[in-house]
Formats: sequence, structure tokens, C-alpha cells
Amino acid sequence: MRVTLLALIALCLSVLSTTAQDTTVQDLMQSHRAVIEKGSRTTIEPAISALAESGLPAVQRVLQKWQAKDMWQRNADGLFFYGAEAEDRQVRLFDFADDAEIGLFPKSELTQLKPNSGVRALIGAALVQFQLADPNPERRRAALLAIQRDPDASQLAPLRASIADEPDTDIRAQKERLAQLLTIGYDKDEAQRIAAIEAVSGSLSLDVRATLNPLLQTRPMVAPANETPSANVARFLQPGTADLSAGDAYAMLVEAGLATARATEADRIAALAANIENGAVAGIPVAQLNTTENRDRAYAALVAADKAPPFVTEADVGNALTAHQFFEVYSDPSAAVTTAAAKALAATDRTVGFNQALDLALDALSLASIFFLAAIGLAITFGVMGVINMAHGEFIMMGAYTGYVVQQIIPDYTVSILVALPAAFAITFAAGVAMERLVIRWLYNRPLETLLATFGISIALQQIAKNIFGTQARPLTSPAWLDGAWVLNDVVSISYIRIAIFVLALIFLGVFLFIMKRTRLGLETRAVTQNPRMAASMGINPDRVNMLTFGLGSGIAGIAGVAIGLFAKVTSELGSDYIVQSFMTVVVGGVGNIWGTLAGAAMIGFLQKGIEWANPSNTLAAQTYMIIFIIIFIQFRPRGIIALKGRAAGD
Amino acid sequence: MERSFIFRNPSVLIFLGCLALFTLGVTMMSEAAGSGLISTSFVKTLGKTLCLCLVAIAMDLVWGYCGILSLGHFAFFGLGGYMIGMWLMYARTRDIVVASLANAAIPPTDQEISDAIGNQIFGVVGSAEFPLVWAFSSSLTMQLALVILVPGLLALVFGWLAFRSRVTGVYLSILTQAMTLALALYLFQNDSGLRGNNGLSGLQNIPGADAVPQSVMSLWFLWASALALGLGYLLAAWVVSGKFGSVIRGIRDDEARVRFLGYPVESFKLFIFVLTAIIAGIAGALYYPQAGIINPAEVAPIASIYLAVWVAIGGRGRLYGAVIGAAFVSLVSSWFTGGQVPGFSLGAYTVNWVDWWQVILGLSFVMVTLFAPKGIGGLVDLMTGARAPDRHGADLGPDKGSLQEQEATQ
Repeated sequence: MRVTLLALIALCLSVLSTTAQDTTVQDLMQSHRAVIEKGSRTTIEPAISALAESGLPAVQRVLQKWQAKDMWQRNADGLFFYGAEAEDRQVRLFDFADDAEIGLFPKSELTQLKPNSGVRALIGAALVQFQLADPNPERRRAALLAIQRDPDASQLAPLRASIADEPDTDIRAQKERLAQLLTIGYDKDEAQRIAAIEAVSGSLSLDVRATLNPLLQTRPMVAPANETPSANVARFLQPGTADLSAGDAYAMLVEAGLATARATEADRIAALAANIENGAVAGIPVAQLNTTENRDRAYAALVAADKAPPFVTEADVGNALTAHQFFEVYSDPSAAVTTAAAKALAATDRTVGFNQALDLALDALSLASIFFLAAIGLAITFGVMGVINMAHGEFIMMGAYTGYVVQQIIPDYTVSILVALPAAFAITFAAGVAMERLVIRWLYNRPLETLLATFGISIALQQIAKNIFGTQARPLTSPAWLDGAWVLNDVVSISYIRIAIFVLALIFLGVFLFIMKRTRLGLETRAVTQNPRMAASMGINPDRVNMLTFGLGSGIAGIAGVAIGLFAKVTSELGSDYIVQSFMTVVVGGVGNIWGTLAGAAMIGFLQKGIEWANPSNTLAAQTYMIIFIIIFIQFRPRGIIALKGRAAGD
Repeated sequence: MERSFIFRNPSVLIFLGCLALFTLGVTMMSEAAGSGLISTSFVKTLGKTLCLCLVAIAMDLVWGYCGILSLGHFAFFGLGGYMIGMWLMYARTRDIVVASLANAAIPPTDQEISDAIGNQIFGVVGSAEFPLVWAFSSSLTMQLALVILVPGLLALVFGWLAFRSRVTGVYLSILTQAMTLALALYLFQNDSGLRGNNGLSGLQNIPGADAVPQSVMSLWFLWASALALGLGYLLAAWVVSGKFGSVIRGIRDDEARVRFLGYPVESFKLFIFVLTAIIAGIAGALYYPQAGIINPAEVAPIASIYLAVWVAIGGRGRLYGAVIGAAFVSLVSSWFTGGQVPGFSLGAYTVNWVDWWQVILGLSFVMVTLFAPKGIGGLVDLMTGARAPDRHGADLGPDKGSLQEQEATQ
């Protein structure tokens, strides 16, 4: 009582001491002193809102200091100040209104206000309006971001109020948009909400969808059949259908206290086991209780003898289910709002679906360019020369490891990639030429044995890579300007690396076409491919042409290896991951034709992404189905999509 | 008498004799016979090797005689293993579950036993239901039939599709490899119903034979494998002898010519493909109970390529070549990769055979292809002085360069 009296006097004094009609922050705080001192989340609300709505200039400082636990109360007169701890267990106090220093006070004469997290959150919400009107645009943006992350009904009014005075058009647009979203979620006025919902209808952005989706969330409910449900019903459910199994429906009844729980099989066995007398339960020997019928009989006997609770039969369940109705209820009570939201989301879904298709197509395109890159070297050796090179995957791996080694020597990622590309080409070109000279040229008439011999080389190369570089994956880091992604909107985006690979694939296509159609080597290669003896009699050296063509195919594999290494892990098994797909690309596309390889890569890329989209949980299954599809495809076009005609097609 | 099968194929008799001697010798020296010169685990290795020889014979039939380089026969081998493994695992788990439920106060119903088995087997892949493919797993007879039916049917469907659209040569090889990869990837999934990458395990415990020690069990399997190998060899030798054999060799050497002579080439190829798939399935069904575990990695394409390597090193186009190749390469491989061979020092670098064996194998494979197309079996020709007729053509081979009798045109 005395404390209150003192406080009153202090209040009067302080009121008197300030200029007459204006109330200060201190007055305001003193009038809510009790709740401020108590600091309870449940009662603090009026104090904070009184402060927030007072419009006094010092309120922001009060709230900030209070939230930061920097507010102190002087025990002597109960006045509030902010302060910082100084030396000798003293605190330097300042006045809220004019920042004037009051002086040093020993801690024992003061009480620090330590609001709990609930109160701090309320203070934070109240602070939002000040931050939204802060002269610093960065602070305003930060405040908007904070609201976006954790939207709340209390932020709607200050946000709307701040729009009119916003000088920055960009921030203003953000504020309007955020106000719209908050209106949808929290406005009391139904018409306003519906108007806002209609305004955002069909928008792609994630936050719109995140605002609309909760409105349409439903929860299942149950009520007696003759009652009309008062809530906002989304739909009625029929028990025993795919939407609601009979078992789940009955479980809902049990949970709502409208039916008795069914005894589980374990309960029943426990009841039977508890009533074994002389090796029998209700006259039925235990050994015979290994069928459901006998157990039913024994349990029925137990129930009849009142030794076990009655068993809920299927008929009881059926009766209980028909006596009740099951339905889903929107968490939002207003039917008009949920209808509008559903309509808006349907429009959004259409746009999202279209954009997802676009995104999928971009993904498929990038996968196709990876396959094309991996297969183009193979298309040269296998397609043009008719030589099957199982070690092609290992050339890809060699290229990737070359990139890794170059990066160890040259630390600058951009330069190292620029060095690695020609280095990888040179190394794999040399390896390819060596392999052609030493092995393949002896086997030109024996394609199956070429396959096996190159396979032997492949396992040797793989093991050598394992011995040199170890089994763990080596990093091949892309330059910083290739990091990140090109974002079109919230749905469609593609990383720069994939764009770079797509460009690289295009460049390769151009280079290949140029070499084949415009250079002497290409002319000679085509001549040797069509008829080696005739070419030889025209003065072309088939040995040299074969060697160079094989080297070219291998060299391109090396460059592809650098590109693949940028996004895949560089291991000794890198090549074998791509070899089957590469062969598929060449075979499906049609041997001996670069456009066929392109078509094959596109088909396999789009097919794989399409199957992955249809069955997103299981990428292994996607590969299985794709291979099966290809096997069937080969049935109908055994020579590939683009088949060579005439003698060049072979047999 | 002169026209009898054995007389025309003396190598069959020699082979069967060697096989019988080998089996007898191993039996005498095994731990079960008391002498213990050969450890039980090595008896198992030898038994497994016999199964690999059997699948190599199948590979030789389809590749060496018919010219189809199938890179999918190890898939059939694995499928056979999976089929027998399903019964082994089911029956074994059933014994364990029944024993553990026998102590319950109330005896379990059939449904409860089945649920408990399902829980036990499929717990690792987060399931407890029996998938459809396990429908017959409770019956040994049915699963034994499936050992033959599943690889046979797969080969029939695949072969029919491939051969009717005239897919030949390297295309066919790549297609069979794709089939193997598809199967392996499918088996790797958890919801394939075959326990995903965990595979089937505990297959070495034969249900109902707990009293039999592993040393004796390993001998039983060795005998069974030897018997299967002997019968398979006999069957293969019979198939490739006579008119039928001539036709399939003709298909290998020039498919178009055989077709124009009026033979249904596709049916011949399909028959060989399915027959060898079944032999491979049986070999797998004998192999995996000795190995004890089967998982999808066994079916991976690389295994089928190794099979081709064995046959090529042993010598294509002769049945004993395939057996020698499979036995030699697989035994030497396991010797080198087992880490029992001491490494040697090259000054700064010590060659560790576990690391370098693969390199040696790969390069020796290239060497064999280049310099000794007849493989180890060619040594027999050298010893007996048998020489192929000098036809001035390119080497024996199933494709373009095969048996080109150019002297006729020159």
C-alpha cells in the first residue's frame, strides 16, 4: 500500500516537473508501472500498445532498450531509465526523453528489467512500426524481411500505416505486396481478404503460395450423422474408401470418445494367456489355439464368463460408422475466403505447372547436353570408324583427373580451367593415338574383340587411376563466375555450370561439323569410312586417318571429362558411370551421324527427366525404365533415329 | 562304334575323367574326410569355381560357338542365385521364427508366423509385407522350377525381341549389357522386393540340415557342382556336335549365308541363348549357397564382362578352354586379390599385388586378344600338333573377318 502511495506521489511529482499538458514517455510508463514491473506476457499487452500508439518520439528507444534488457528502474522513486553498467558495480543512467545523462548509481539502488522471451517478442512486434518508418532504407528492408519470415496479425496495421509515407518506390512496392499477404492471412474484414486473394491469384511466388496454402489446410472431424456441422466443411468423407479407411474412421471415433476402442490381437492373446487353466482356455486346449476360429471361440467363452472385456465385432464397427458422418474442415472459418483461396490456388497451380514443365525441359536439356558431350567422342570412334571403344569412359575420367592435377598446380580457378581444357585434350589425344597404334589397328576386322581388348584397357586404366589418386573423390572446383544460378522466377532456375555445359556442347557440335565438312582431315575420314581401299588408292593414308580420327574422338572425351568433373565427383569410376548411357546415346541416335547423336542425347535426356518427374522418389527405377524403353525402341528402329542409307550403313 | 558320340568327342571323356579325379582328390583331402589338407573354405572356393566353369561353358556356347557376345549371362547366373536364395532365406527364417514363437503362451497362427517371417526378412528395407515375387518362396519345388524358368523366360523374351529385329554384333552386346544394367539397377531398389542392396544373406545355412557341419556340407555342394558341370559339359558337347552344332558354327561365321541356305537363324540363336541362360541360372543356384550371400552388385555388367574375359583367356570355341579359363583366371584372381602374394619393392615404390593385379589382368587380356586369340586352349593344339587349315584368311572370328576363304577367289 505504501509503495503504491509513494509511486503515486512520485508520479505526481514527475508530472508536475515536466511541461504542463504534454505527457512524457516516463508518465506513460509510470501509468503502466505495475504491469511493466511484473513483465508477464499475459498482462503486458496494454502497456506496450499504449506506448506504441502514443506517437511519442522516445518510444522507439524505450522499446529497444527494454527489449535489449538495458532498462533500469530506480528503486527510490520507481522511475525508468536506460543505462549501461559502469565500473565499481555502478550503472550510468540516461533519460529516455532527451538522452541526458542522469548520473552514476550503485546497482543496489536499481532494478534491471529483464523481459522474458514472450514479452520480448511482443516488444519486437511493436517495434516493427518504427523500423518500417526508419529513415535508413536498409533497416526498413530488414524489417520487411523479418515480417516476411514470421508474419503476425499485429504487424498488419503498422505496415499499412507505413505505406503512405514511404519515399522509396521499390520498398513501397514490397510493403504493398507484404500488406496484401498479411491482409489475406489476418485481416478481420472478409471482403478485404477476398479482394486481396483475387489480386494475387495466379502469382508464382513462393510466399503467395505459402500464404494461401495454410488457409486451405483441413483436418478430419467426426460428428453424429443427424447433426449439421457448423464449421467450414471442405468435403464429406465416406469411410471405407481410399480417402478414409474404415480402420482410420473407427480410430477417429475412438479418439473423439464416440466409440469403444477395439482390442488388438495382442490384447486378445494376453487375455487368453491369462486364463489358461489346466492347459486349456475355456475348455479348448492351448495347442489348438493356433487358428483364428478357435481363438474366437475361446475368447467368446471368456467374454460370456465375464473374464474378458467384450470384443468389438465388425458389425459393431459398421454400425458405429454409419451412425456418424466424417468430414474435413478448413482451419479458416470463412467459407467465402476458402473458396476464393482455392480458386486463386487453382489458377496458381496452372501457372506453376506450366513453369515446372519449363524447368523440367531446361533440366532435360542440360542432361541431354551432358550425354551429348560424353557421347560425341564415342560417336566419332564408334560411329565414324566402326570401332567400339569400351575405354571411352576412362578417357573421360583421364580428362577429369587432368583438370584436378592442373588445379593443384595453378591455384586460380579460371586460369586453371582454361589450361586444363587443352591439356586434357592433349593427354587423351595422345592416349587415344597410342591405343589405336598399339591395339586397335590390329583388330579392325574383329569388332567384338576390339570391344574386349578395349575393355581390358579400361579396367587397367581404372585401376591405375585408383592406385595413383586413391578411391576417394577428388574435387574439381569451378571458377566463381560459374557459381550460382540463373533464376527466372521462383520455379524456373538453371545453374550457370549447366548453361556453360550446354554452350560447350554447342561448340563441340560446331567444331565437329567444321572438321568433318570443311577440313582435309574430315574429307579423308569420310572417304576412309565409306571405302578404305578406294580411299587408299586415291592417295589417302588410311592408317594415318584412322589414327588421327581416333585421337580426335579420345581428345574430345578428355575435354568432356573436364566439363563433367566440374559438377560430378571425380573418381576412378567416373567414366563407367557414363559409358552405358553414352553407348545408348550413339545407338539410339543412329551410328555414323552426328545429328543422330544429338537426337539420341536429346531423347535420352528428356526421357530420363520425364520418368524422374513421373516417379520422383526413385531415380534408380527411372534408369531401369529408361533402359527398358531403349531396348524396346531398338526393336522398332534397330538402326537408330537417324539411320544411314545405302552402303555406308553396312550389312 | 566309330560314329558314337564319345568316339567323335574324345575330349569329353578326358574331361569327365579329370573332373571325377579332381572331385575324388578334393574329397579325400578335405577336412570331412579327416586328412584336412584342404580347408573347408578352400573346398567352398573350389566348389564355387566349378559353378563358374559351368557358366563359362554356357558363355562359350553362346559366344564361342554361336557368335553372340552376350554381356548378360551373369545376370542369368545371379537370377538363378536369387531364386534359390529366396527359398533358402524363407525356410531358414521360418525355422528360426517357429523356434522363437514356440515358447509363447498361446501357439501362433499361420498368419502370425508368416507376418513374423516377413518382418524378419524385410525389416532391413523398412517393410514387413511379402512382395508378390515371394509368392512361391515357401516351396522348394517351385523355387527350383523358377531357377530354370525365370532366366529362361527373360532370355526368351529378350532374345526374341533382339533377334527378330536382327540386332547383331556389337549392338547386341551393348543391348545385353543394358539389360544387365537395368536388372542390376532394379534389384538395387529397396522396393524391388529382393531386399535392395542388402541382397539375400545367410544362404550357407541349409534349412533342416543344421546338424550337418559346414565341412560336410561344402563337400555335398562340391559334388553337386561337379555333377552339374559334368552334365552341362556333356550337354554342351552334344549340342555342338553333329548337324546342329555345324549350323550354329555356321551362324557364327556367316549368318547371312546360313539364312540363305534356308535355316531359321533366329530360332537357332534363340534356342542357344535360352539354353545357355538356363545353364547359367543353374550354375548360379549352386554357386550362391556356397558363397552365402547374393546382392545386386553380383549382377552388375562388369561381372558379365569378366565372364567373357575368362572364356577369351581360356580359349573360345572349345568347351574345355572355357573351363580352363574360368578356373585359372578366377583362382589366380582370388589368389592375387586375397593379399597372400607378397609385394616386391622397386626402390621408391612397392608393388602391392592387391592394387596392381587388376592392371595385369586388363593388360594380359589385351595381350591374349592380340597375340593368342585361341587362348590357353591353344596350347593343347601346340602339344597335339593339330593345326587349323591354313586358309590365308583373317583370324577366326564371328564377324566380318571370320573364315574368309579368300583362296577361292584368288
